[in-house]
Amino acid sequence: MELKVRILRYNPEKDVKPYYQDYILPDVSPDMRILDILHEIKWKYDGTLTFRRSCAHGICGSDGMKINGKNRLACSILLKDLNFKDTITIEPLPSLPIIKDLVVDMTSFFQKYEVIKPYLITKTPPPPDSERLQSNEDAEKLFESAKCILCGCCTTSCPSTWTNENYIGPAALLKVYRFAFDTRDEGGDERLEIIDNPDGIWRCHTIFNCIETCPKEINITWHISQLKKRISIKEL
Amino acid sequence: MIKNYDVVIIGAGGAGLRAAVEIPKEYTCAVISKVFPPRSHTGTAQGGVCAALGNMEEDSWENHVFDTVKGSDYLGDQDAIEVMCQDAIRAIIELEHMGLPFNRNAEGKIAQRRFGGHTKPVDPSDPYGKRVPVMRACYSADRTGHVMLQTLFENCIKNNVTFYSEYFVTDLIVENGICKGVTAFDISTGEVIVFRTKAVMLATGGYGRVFRITSNAHVGTGDGTALTYKAGIPLEDMEFFQFHPTGLWRLGILVSEAARGEGGILKNKDGERFMARYAPSVMDLAPRDMISRAIITEIREGRGILGSDGTYYVHLDVSHLGKKVIDEKLPEITGFARTYLGVEPIKEPIPIQPTAHYAMGGIPTNVDAEVLLNENGDIVKGLYAAGECACVSVHGANRLGTNSLLDIVVFGRRGGKKMAEFIKTADYSDISPSVAEKTKETINRIINSNGTEKVFSIRTRLQEIMMDKCGIFRNENDLKNLLAEIKELKERYKNISIQDKGTVFNTELMEAIELENLIINAEVTAYSALNRTESRGAHSREDFPNRDDNNWLKHTFIYENEGREPVIRYKPVTITKYQPMERKY
Repeated sequence: MELKVRILRYNPEKDVKPYYQDYILPDVSPDMRILDILHEIKWKYDGTLTFRRSCAHGICGSDGMKINGKNRLACSILLKDLNFKDTITIEPLPSLPIIKDLVVDMTSFFQKYEVIKPYLITKTPPPPDSERLQSNEDAEKLFESAKCILCGCCTTSCPSTWTNENYIGPAALLKVYRFAFDTRDEGGDERLEIIDNPDGIWRCHTIFNCIETCPKEINITWHISQLKKRISIKEL
Repeated sequence: MIKNYDVVIIGAGGAGLRAAVEIPKEYTCAVISKVFPPRSHTGTAQGGVCAALGNMEEDSWENHVFDTVKGSDYLGDQDAIEVMCQDAIRAIIELEHMGLPFNRNAEGKIAQRRFGGHTKPVDPSDPYGKRVPVMRACYSADRTGHVMLQTLFENCIKNNVTFYSEYFVTDLIVENGICKGVTAFDISTGEVIVFRTKAVMLATGGYGRVFRITSNAHVGTGDGTALTYKAGIPLEDMEFFQFHPTGLWRLGILVSEAARGEGGILKNKDGERFMARYAPSVMDLAPRDMISRAIITEIREGRGILGSDGTYYVHLDVSHLGKKVIDEKLPEITGFARTYLGVEPIKEPIPIQPTAHYAMGGIPTNVDAEVLLNENGDIVKGLYAAGECACVSVHGANRLGTNSLLDIVVFGRRGGKKMAEFIKTADYSDISPSVAEKTKETINRIINSNGTEKVFSIRTRLQEIMMDKCGIFRNENDLKNLLAEIKELKERYKNISIQDKGTVFNTELMEAIELENLIINAEVTAYSALNRTESRGAHSREDFPNRDDNNWLKHTFIYENEGREPVIRYKPVTITKYQPMERKY
């Protein structure tokens, strides 16, 4: 089938501002991933088209972008699973500075991730020659949050991020849950204090965009609500 | 620009990150990676990481050694395998202490499950007697690599490790047997930087992208092995490349052995469980090389299933495991089947085919990750390698499932410790600022070229011929034709040009440089494969179908001579306890 692909282009060495460029692909299969379509353009038509990608099956988190108005991984959605007539539109993730074409500057995203102390904090030394004990039930409570691949789709889909660049965002909050609800972690309060402020967890207005966009289908808002509950109980 | 660091680690997968954690705070350490660390390919590993914890049933690290030696088809160095399997127990406990969220057993200890090739003897006093599958793989659903990579990255953040993310290394500076640093460019600006160092570790991963069907990420272009070879250092056992039996049909995306560890079954077009004929004792849990050959044999003998595009596949059936097991233990891989093939694994079998998965060969090292300058065991001062790009050799001719995640944490740590010790007394070497010119010339040559050849067409051709002539089955005629065509591709490569002439985030330029690395990896693989006139592990010669211990129980060391042609020398295999015997399962 023939397909028109409209892509937001921007090359800081040439362009004053971003613009849309249309590519007509004469023969694409509905079974193609959107990433395959981007490669088709880059490898056969226009080598200057720039995007990130690596694993091509939804684990590495490189190719988050806005496809037909929704943030997704280009490798995790097939053409036939998109709703469209004859054109698909691809834009970079919103609200982050564009470096070139579909490549955005992820610096602030990773800074927000680092600030919440994204590692197990322990005070009691572990047993020297064996693992700490944890029930499988308690371990599995962490699995959904640990699925996060840091692609940035959620944080850049959140209207609270768009209106306040200091908002820590759903991805970092999800990571707080990952550790705060780990029975082995002893950093609960010091981590919760980092997010207990107007630019932290309270900037989440349960808009649910993060859930709708998450390519790993994580119920991010639920995890954030558990954190809100824990902080509220602590403050009562 | 020249930057000084005591240690530079290239690659931010499991091996590189684990090494970085070992460098004490009083020294400077930089990790350079062409992608953000959590994008590294370690994250795609699924099924588990083995250690004889004995949490589910009795087991011992000696059992693990026996399996790894046998799995390697006796080409693995047994002293190194002993180091890895003994240290495995400590390494897994350490990962738990670092925060890795493992599945747990009823007592709250780390849960373990079965995995291909991992067994124990029915009679503990007789390792050569009947063996049965053992629960040895520690796991976190089917995302073990993902959580391992996350945990190691988290520990690097805790340790304030300095990252140069999205920097691409183009040159390894080795002079007179001493590694002095590396040259890289900043992908986002094009700026060329020389890193002057006391120690460099290569942890750059594999080169599966030389094959058409591969489980490897696009970044798996063998940059580290190519840089090493170009610097005059040999590569070891490059003919041994593992094809994982269960890649998603057409796409090659990995469907973990965990699917079979949990009870999944391979079936041909008649619905027959064909592995019962090839490996009667362990069947679907036989090692990967044997299952991949069995699948291709089934297809060649007319028992494959014809797909819509004219290629053949077989079935992996997990439907009998039930929704609960599938959802809890195998959520990721069954999700792939749904997303990419529209197959519902709870109800129907998954179409699979073998997929190029793992390089057993690589940069030769000792058990402390020090890179070997030659087959005599002399080392390159200041140069280290760990993970898939390295060859210790613990995997020999065929790696067992889960042993790669183990390899990266065991030898990443050992290399990190060795570097920490080395930099205490080592000095920086003098580096002429002009070393940067080499990289600048490469970049300018590619950008300014008006040639007629395209990266895409050369790379696609390379991947096709490597798949057809240097895949699961090989023979002299095919390999000679392959080498002749690789020579042609090398000539064509000189005439490539790209459209993107800019300096900012020029991924077309990167792909062009990566293609040169792929061609180097392909050539040494094919040359080593032609040279080895026997079949062992993953290297299967149709014209030499048997293993030949009299002539070939030795490691291949391939060098580039002054005329830039490959030359092969050999290193003996280290045998401590287990004499080679017939490899049957």
